Amino acid sequence: MKCAVIMFPGSNCDVDCYHACRDVLGQPTEYVFHKEKFSSVDFDLIVLPGGFSYGDYLRAGAIARFSPAMESVIKAAEAGKLILGICNGFQILLEAKLLPGAMKRNRDLKFHCHDVFLRVENNNTPFTGLYKKGEIIKVPIAHGEGNYFADRDTMEKLKARGGVVFTYCDRDGNVTEEANPNGSVENIAGIVSEQGNVLGMMPHPERCAEDILGNTDGRRVFESILQYVEGSVAHGR
Amino acid sequence: MIINARINVRFKSGVLDPQGTAIKGALKHLGFDGVEDVRVGKLIEIKLDAASKEDAEGQIKDMCEKLLANPVIEDYSFELS
Repeated sequence: MKCAVIMFPGSNCDVDCYHACRDVLGQPTEYVFHKEKFSSVDFDLIVLPGGFSYGDYLRAGAIARFSPAMESVIKAAEAGKLILGICNGFQILLEAKLLPGAMKRNRDLKFHCHDVFLRVENNNTPFTGLYKKGEIIKVPIAHGEGNYFADRDTMEKLKARGGVVFTYCDRDGNVTEEANPNGSVENIAGIVSEQGNVLGMMPHPERCAEDILGNTDGRRVFESILQYVEGSVAHGR
Repeated sequence: MIINARINVRFKSGVLDPQGTAIKGALKHLGFDGVEDVRVGKLIEIKLDAASKEDAEGQIKDMCEKLLANPVIEDYSFELS
């Protein structure tokens, strides 16, 4: 599986994502600078990492969305390649309209940097195939603008097609207001596109993908992707 | 001709504004009991070289739709001088 990690000015989780793809998964991985373009056949997985691209000026992700590399990302998404946006990467995917909705400042205006519990709402995606539906996992968040918003109509469509992949919950899996760290509608932590090949999530699976980090709950996001891509090759999809 | 544009971007009505809510709480705390709602927006000033006022209006509208506002959560308005 050929992986790419896009580097925007202000990305700060690019090295962690590169490490997760190359060292944890053992797959060939390249950095792509924001000024570079690439072809849709170059990579199987493209990761948009966390950070503060362009200083989060105007709105988080709003300026990064127009970089040359993003033109290639949009084409790759249309060609069915897997796109994983984590944190600022999720914000960029929303601004690029590859996913529906928008992000606002956290409800309490604070930057939240701590572990959260997530419930896997949909395991029938290329990114979550190795989780059980309803499984509760612990993954860290680190963001100031993760307050997901979509209007009622968009939410209904999103839910009807199984677009909600992760929700914030308590340790027992209850999706409650108290377990919602940022005010996201219906505790949304991660969503997938209609075609199923673009996932955006605020929590950081790359920060909990190895034993040495004390938590491996995020590793299966990367392993699920690998299994899906290798399965696709085997089945000639 | 040089046109000065003043663009206001704010949350759509019905979209909860976290900053506005915090400021409302602070104003109430200061004793301004009559404050019923606070909305925080952005003011963007652009100096633009355009062929005409109509041309400037078209360009500013385009800028708002493409970049300056996010139509999912924000409305915009502008005045030219």
